[in-house]
Amino acid sequence: MNSTAFAPWEDPEATPLIQFQNVTKRFGDFVAIDDLTIDIYEKEFFALLGPSGCGKTTMMRMLAGFETPTQGKINLAGKDIAPVPPNKRAVNMMFQSYALFPHLSVWENIAFGLKREQMPKNDINDRVEEMLRLTRLEKFARRKPHQISGGQRQRVALARSLAKAPKLLLLDEPLGALDKKLRQETQFELMDIQEKTGTTFVIVTHDQEEAMTVASRVAVMDHGKIIQVATPDRIYETPNSVYVADFIGEVNIIEGTATPNGEDSYAISWAEGQSPLKAASAKPFSEGQKCHVAIRPEKVTINAQKPDGVDNLVQGKILDIAYLGNISTYHVELPSGTVIKAQAANTRRIARRSFTWEDSVWLSWTATAGVLLAE
Amino acid sequence: MRRAVLIAVPYLWLLALFLVPFVIVFKISLSDVALARPPYLPQFSWDEGILAFLSELDFENYIFLTEDDLYWKAYLSSLKIAVFSTVLTLLVGYPIAYGMARAPSEWRPTLMMLVILPFWTSFLIRVYAWMGILSNEGFLNQFLLGIGLISEPLIILNTNTAVYIGIVYTYLPFMILPIYAALDRLDGSLIEAAEDLGCSRLSAFWLVTIPLSKNGIIAGSFLVFIPALGEFVIPSLLGGSGTLMIGKVLWEEFFSNRDWPVASAVAVVLLLILVIPIVLFQRNQEKQQEAEQ
Repeated sequence: MNSTAFAPWEDPEATPLIQFQNVTKRFGDFVAIDDLTIDIYEKEFFALLGPSGCGKTTMMRMLAGFETPTQGKINLAGKDIAPVPPNKRAVNMMFQSYALFPHLSVWENIAFGLKREQMPKNDINDRVEEMLRLTRLEKFARRKPHQISGGQRQRVALARSLAKAPKLLLLDEPLGALDKKLRQETQFELMDIQEKTGTTFVIVTHDQEEAMTVASRVAVMDHGKIIQVATPDRIYETPNSVYVADFIGEVNIIEGTATPNGEDSYAISWAEGQSPLKAASAKPFSEGQKCHVAIRPEKVTINAQKPDGVDNLVQGKILDIAYLGNISTYHVELPSGTVIKAQAANTRRIARRSFTWEDSVWLSWTATAGVLLAE
Repeated sequence: MRRAVLIAVPYLWLLALFLVPFVIVFKISLSDVALARPPYLPQFSWDEGILAFLSELDFENYIFLTEDDLYWKAYLSSLKIAVFSTVLTLLVGYPIAYGMARAPSEWRPTLMMLVILPFWTSFLIRVYAWMGILSNEGFLNQFLLGIGLISEPLIILNTNTAVYIGIVYTYLPFMILPIYAALDRLDGSLIEAAEDLGCSRLSAFWLVTIPLSKNGIIAGSFLVFIPALGEFVIPSLLGGSGTLMIGKVLWEEFFSNRDWPVASAVAVVLLLILVIPIVLFQRNQEKQQEAEQ
């Protein structure tokens, strides 16, 4: 890691822009947010990721001011924002439905927030033009929202929420309504705009790929709690729990019991008649502790012949092949009934592949490929 | 062929129930009053031929309408009462529609039922009920006297005030329902977006809710204004001798004076006055449908 990398969360001196301090939110008996504490820093692109109903939208609505915490405190730039109504907050939100005013043109939609500030007319003109340029909407300024495409509407919503130059921009599933190709393009546009404007973005999404692509840090949530907060690569490579490992991408989870057999090294007995797995872990496990080995399919090598000198080796039969063009995922059933997924790049033409359905193959992975998880 | 039949049905309906009666009324309005049965001349007969018949028709009655100031005063007064009561109905109806649209969804069918419920009793009975409420010894005065708010009974019945109360009461559902329909469709996140962008609750209401319920307001206003303009029952039962409305004048011409030609002329002019708001109303409906597509 070089020292110029953007990582204020590693700097103990840095003051966070947003602080959630033991925030709890209840709706009747339902606990939407459960004693949550987290810091978000200036210029971050922070993603809240989780299944629907995990509380991510509630968190965002508390930041926008549409909900107030039942307990705890939310600070924005050091000040408690609980008593500040939504219209007085330096926070703007881009709604999932875009919430564009159907009776106003694109231009008037973008100018809406500026007019409320009693900004001089010339300044409003300049600012709106700037926003139209930023989002490449100059040609559509006079149109009404129903006269433009979904992707353009999404950009209008973004331009409108950015027009007031908020300290914090909230994006609620901003790309949910776009088709896949447009979504990917827009993700890069979003990152570009975030960099250009230097605004702090908090994005809510259930799409893990989207979170990984755009965010500087990802918070994985479940049942009103944050399970893990880390950079996308850390979340993927070193999840702290089975839940996170399973939520992000594909993973093989093998349950077993740990036996320490060296420094940071463990033997995992996991199935009768199989030799123990070798796994490395910096986190200590005690003798006989139940544990899970999480291995990403792409870190599992698949071979027709038995390979030599590998840490972990199992044999099985190919049950299924998911062909994705560039890669294939093989579902391999072991004699014990466990199915392990292995991914391989399709570097050869499919006709020249040396194994197919029902073939017996060898799967292998290194001791450091997997992550050892307690729960 | 099927298409032609389908299109023909509403046109036949219009022809039979609107155009033919209109032509008959228009023809009577061009005739002269006579002591006969029916009480006007000329009557069409095959012996004299169509030309002789047409030559006796003239616009005399319309000229008469402009000469006697009773008529244009009645039209004007009807317009005034209709406009004013439409505004009143809007002022009463909008908050009710807004409250309904904001009510918890399990309550809405009940509230809707309450709005429609009065239609289950006869309109006439409901107007008579208002006479019982508004008269000098009526429930309202007894109540106000009872709680000591007034010492003399208020004279409401047989004044324009009673007419306004009657019209607002009768046509309120026609105002509430289209506004409710518009507000119900309103996406709540638009209000949140307005607040997020710096609007107070009140300015969000003015800048977003009102413009987006505009079509409902326009539709409701026409639905109240159009029948209120020609209203006859309410002014004759609740209004007094000072209440001048064209519907009442029309009735008196027909049944008291038995002057069918002049009454028909009054009806034709009323219809022409109503054509303007009806066309505007249709256009509003069409625009709304276009916007929804």
